Amino acid sequence: MATAETHESRPAGTDSILSLRGVSKNFGAVAALTDVDLDVAEGHVVAIVGDNGAGKSTLVKVLAGVHAPTSGTITFEGKQVQVSDPAAAHELGIATVYQDLALCENLNVVENLFLGHELRSGRLDEVAMEVRSWELLRELSAKIPTVRIPVASLSGGQRQTVAIARSLLGDPKIVMLDEPTAALGVAQTAEVLNLIERLRERGHGVIMISHNMADVQAVADDVVVLRLGRNNGVFKVADVSQEEIVAAITGATDNAVSQRSARTQAKSTDTEEGT
Amino acid sequence: MTDADTADSADTADATTAAPAAADRQDERLRSGAGLSGALATLKDRVGSGDLGVLPVILGLIVIAVVFQSLNSIFLSAANLSNLLLETVPVGVIAIGIVCVLLVAEIDLSVGSVSGLSSALLAVLFVTKNVSPILAVLACLVMGIGIGLFYGVVYNRIGVPSFVITLAGLLAFLGVQLEILGSQGAVNLPFGSGLVKFAQLQFVPEWLAYVFVVVAAVALFVTGYLRARERRAAGLSGQSVVTLGLVSIVLLVGAGLFVSYINSSRGVGWMFILFVALVLVMNYVLTRTKFGRSLFAVGGNPEAARRAGINVRRVYMSAFVLCSTFAALGGVLAASRLAAANQSSGTGDVNLNAIAAAVIGGTSLFGGRGSAFAALLGILVIQSISNGLTLLSLGSSYRFMVTGAVLLLAVGLDSIARRSRASSGRA
Repeated sequence: MATAETHESRPAGTDSILSLRGVSKNFGAVAALTDVDLDVAEGHVVAIVGDNGAGKSTLVKVLAGVHAPTSGTITFEGKQVQVSDPAAAHELGIATVYQDLALCENLNVVENLFLGHELRSGRLDEVAMEVRSWELLRELSAKIPTVRIPVASLSGGQRQTVAIARSLLGDPKIVMLDEPTAALGVAQTAEVLNLIERLRERGHGVIMISHNMADVQAVADDVVVLRLGRNNGVFKVADVSQEEIVAAITGATDNAVSQRSARTQAKSTDTEEGT
Repeated sequence: MTDADTADSADTADATTAAPAAADRQDERLRSGAGLSGALATLKDRVGSGDLGVLPVILGLIVIAVVFQSLNSIFLSAANLSNLLLETVPVGVIAIGIVCVLLVAEIDLSVGSVSGLSSALLAVLFVTKNVSPILAVLACLVMGIGIGLFYGVVYNRIGVPSFVITLAGLLAFLGVQLEILGSQGAVNLPFGSGLVKFAQLQFVPEWLAYVFVVVAAVALFVTGYLRARERRAAGLSGQSVVTLGLVSIVLLVGAGLFVSYINSSRGVGWMFILFVALVLVMNYVLTRTKFGRSLFAVGGNPEAARRAGINVRRVYMSAFVLCSTFAALGGVLAASRLAAANQSSGTGDVNLNAIAAAVIGGTSLFGGRGSAFAALLGILVIQSISNGLTLLSLGSSYRFMVTGAVLLLAVGLDSIARRSRASSGRA
């Protein structure tokens, strides 16, 4: 198989924080993921794209510790690791922002940020929590006027910001965002894209699942295309057209050809970056 | 934007110069200023957007006072007010527990039966079985904890809605109450016992009442001042000393005048002081501890709370336990107040008055909103109406009708306020 060859030619990334090699996940007879590779480097935004049922969510859940992979290896900061449950992912430094955000509408921003991890449980340290909240939100250049209003009164983009800020509290190495712009308007989408760039500047590795090609091209460094649970190409965003990505997603073009073009393009950009 | 830079400088700046650039006051969209005028403007803003807080309850109490006083001049007499405060306590204590279950968006319909059972248990243990009063009270509280644990287990493990579990409890525990009271159907507590004296005859001495008022006002000012100082030191905005001082002085003068008036009769009963103390403790637990925060979170969004690592089942469990335990304590106080436990203890309107008090005081029936003070304010409203109607020699028929109307009014007002909050973007 053509894909297998390309994978063998790529050793577990030396500069990447997180590397997946040959990860498969079977649900009974259904192979949701087959032999998937993924590399995320510090300060890089990797977009995972694919059609419905391509295995994007399964991949995120494997990394978040919700599902254990059937086979394959996960390497984190050079060490092979098991992500057995969400707490283990959190401990490693992999934070996940799910699509539904999971915020409590009746609580204010500070209360949501520190929910479950409050400082000083017997006599809450509101001052320290508020100061830390402002630090985080300022680092993200978040446009939230006050942290003492219930989340219910925030816009969709602002809520997304709060959810992302909360994921940063544990100082993760990798932040995974599941459809961060799916429910947002134009301006709010722009806000969230700014936020993702901010995460990259802070040196986090970012994994972003998205259906929106414009968003992917706006912020991602690499695009990983999944199709029917398999890698269907890894592209550098800088030198790939939207049509090529769409072709890889839908499988409309000849598979081998797209693989080859991706490989040559990847090589050329590697040398460019080297200079 | 230079927000980040100014935030850094505010962090390091000392308390006196940090004020203009406080970290939480930098957004240009924030309209409310600092200081007294800022505090007033914020208050006006909140009321305008439907976040009424305790305002409707305070207004309601004033209307009730004016109406009943004009109908019968005894209503606002010191003797009646002194009595009224004591009357509020048993159901008020039960209402504190109701606030806890309402916060997690559940309900306990059995608080009346549990309090009645507790009254009966206390009387039987204390009078018939000659158990020491302290042990008898402890037994009642343990029973309350046990009932709460049972509700929690059934709710968590089997998934029966709390409405149904506690409806079953309402019937079952009423049965247990009738059973342990036996054929006599009533047990009188001796008037000389400490419990009855505490609930009927023991009042705070005049000098001590003033000490309480001064301590409360000073404590309010000092804690507020320390908090504001800590916030300013951390580069955040703090409440202005003027606002704090003004609020403390209002409390000092208001409570002082009230105490001097009510002391012309018997004064403030110790049982009422116990009630206020319980409200203050629960207020601390709800607003300043991780546990309190988790109650609000579970009431707001159980799934979000679960993902944040909160043990949601344990939170439900503790809400049920708190509610049943407060109900049991309410039953003990009711029996002490009446100096008897009988077949009608905890029946009739106790159940709904406790729930109505929590709701009238501003606790949402849908979870995630409320405070311990809701129990205090709500029961004051209900008991004032009940007391006023009794003074007019109108029987329980009118009392039920008027209390029902007030409950509907309170929930209606809350619903309108909720819609207004939604349209102006507040939870």
